[in-house]
Amino acid sequence: MLFQKTVRGTRRRRAIGVIAAAASVALIATGCTTTTTSGSGSSGGGDTKNLAITFIPKNLGNPYFDTSDKGGETAIKEFKGTYAQVGPATASPDAQVSYINTLTQQGVGGIVISANDPKAIGDALNEARDAGIKVVTFDSDTDPAYRDVFINQATSEGIAKVQVDELSKQIGDAGEVAILSAAANATNQNAWIDLMKKDIADNHPNIKLVDTVYGNDDDQTSFDKTAALLQSHPQLKGIISPTTVGIAAAARYLSTSDFKGKVALTGLGTPNQMREFVTDGTVTSFALWNPADLGYLAAYANKALIEGTITGKEGDKFDAGKLGSFTVGADATVLLGDPYVFTKENIGEFDF
Amino acid sequence: MSDTTTRTPTRTYRNYAHPLWRRILFTREMAIIALLVLVVIYASATVRGFGSPITFTYLILDVTPILLIALPMTLVIITGEIDLSVASVVGLSSVVVGTLTQAGWPIALVFLTALVVGAIGGAINGFLITVVGLPSLAVTIGTLALYRGLAVGLLGTTAVTDFPEYWTALAKSRFVGTSIPAIIVPFLILAVIFAVLLHFTPFGRGIFAIGLSSDAATFSGVHVARTKFILFVLTGLVSAFAGIYYTLRFGSARGDNATGLELSVIAAVLLGGVSIFGGRGALHGVIAGVLLIGVLGSALRLANITSDVINIITGVLLVLSVVASSLLAFLRTRRQKPKAATPVTAG
Repeated sequence: MLFQKTVRGTRRRRAIGVIAAAASVALIATGCTTTTTSGSGSSGGGDTKNLAITFIPKNLGNPYFDTSDKGGETAIKEFKGTYAQVGPATASPDAQVSYINTLTQQGVGGIVISANDPKAIGDALNEARDAGIKVVTFDSDTDPAYRDVFINQATSEGIAKVQVDELSKQIGDAGEVAILSAAANATNQNAWIDLMKKDIADNHPNIKLVDTVYGNDDDQTSFDKTAALLQSHPQLKGIISPTTVGIAAAARYLSTSDFKGKVALTGLGTPNQMREFVTDGTVTSFALWNPADLGYLAAYANKALIEGTITGKEGDKFDAGKLGSFTVGADATVLLGDPYVFTKENIGEFDF
Repeated sequence: MSDTTTRTPTRTYRNYAHPLWRRILFTREMAIIALLVLVVIYASATVRGFGSPITFTYLILDVTPILLIALPMTLVIITGEIDLSVASVVGLSSVVVGTLTQAGWPIALVFLTALVVGAIGGAINGFLITVVGLPSLAVTIGTLALYRGLAVGLLGTTAVTDFPEYWTALAKSRFVGTSIPAIIVPFLILAVIFAVLLHFTPFGRGIFAIGLSSDAATFSGVHVARTKFILFVLTGLVSAFAGIYYTLRFGSARGDNATGLELSVIAAVLLGGVSIFGGRGALHGVIAGVLLIGVLGSALRLANITSDVINIITGVLLVLSVVASSLLAFLRTRRQKPKAATPVTAG
């Protein structure tokens, strides 16, 4: 018995080996055929200044970053650079590191990145900068030591204030409210939430923030958290969701529930995601900057860094195509502008 | 196992089996190693930037946590068990390192505590599986959530990023003048220890015996429960070590560090030729499996293939490697002569 089994085992293993190897080689060969076509893009950097700029979103398949990166692509086409977008499938803290390392190896001219963690990607970014790559952060910043310039979409105070103001208008400046955020350690969301708390405490004494829940920027989780929120706080009058995924999921829940029109919802959303909920009356207003403009500005800032027009010093000025001229502020930060409020009246003018 | 009793079977075996070199060369492990070599050669020739030494540095730094945890995981899976809580132990260890460093503990004591916490985590798994007698799949799904919950609960929404420069630099350091990361040394030491343990000791033969038939192993005098318990403690310990490395490498202790890593580890172990039903596998195959997934990812990223496609390719590779072995086993039973059509081949 033992003897039989051994002989059979050996023959079987050999056959498995051959087939597995053959199948896998075929697989990899096909995988790499695509390589040549898409790989040629990054090698097209200029002779004098390498204007190959790559965008790294927090994760792929996020409509917000698809829009911002498209804005970047528009800008890069205008100044005849090479655009690319790479990134991880999930927004975990370290997932961007291997992509940054890859770009360092490829020798691109610039990286535009929205950081999943202010520190974890720092060393990888500094290695890229040591290799001569210019790093611009946008949307979510790293520690200032790890990047050349940060493009700030709006001041945190402005973002916090516009959301509290919009909600307060809709609920008559009184009652219980809650926040539906993204991940529990998302840099920008937490900064805004702190400021919203302060704004509510200072300027809206009759509004009571009863809960903050985290939907992890996942549609289903955010949807479930909204349902749970409304169940555990029956007196709830309004929800603020400072994340595009969260507000859309919350609106989807509200629009089909008994709470539609009774519980106000505002926050940060994109017009395309929110259009049906603004039209059907679930949502009265929401705010955002234009992510396409943000990506557009980030690309131009990266170009200015690559060409040496700016170094990230306070007071440096650069031109950003259709958006006009911008000045680098303190901490090597460039401000896009004030947040924009979208309503039933103006939402038709936007498509992103 | 005395000489006199085994002489006759050994001669029969030698007469019928393939020569030793064929038995070593034509194994599933060798197929994975060959595939790894092929991919490296192909990628070096066609993917721009892959051939540079820095690729090797980044690759090793990236896959080290998986490499480390794959060592004890291989032994656990060969006994027919599984440990899904490893990534949560990494997260917990990371948080322990973070909070204690923040509290001003001496760094050596911090590392020691993290390792002890990992060993305790493994011991809890081992206790529930071997003493209480629960299935490891259920137990470690539970502790996956439990340890991750503890990790996130301890540190909340914050991240500890203030670590001694010496240690964070050490975690990423390379040997002077080379592109070989220093972390490869502790890995190699552990790899040798686990390889000797699995392939050259009675304890290791006991591991295979348990995987083939737990009852038969018990009757042959193998301490089944004790062996499994030790393996789960070792898994916890090595996962905690991986957590320390992870924390220092990224300079960031967070509760959600290494989320989902357990699946990468198990995928690599299975790709490396270890049977999920237990009883067979070898460490060189597993190490090649981890490196193969790492090299594929590295080459495909350099070739600007998106992460979704990379996931699809590694997934298909894994499925193919499992399907290929099952399919061949099935074909072999079909081709088998009637005399072998005994219940043995029914599976």
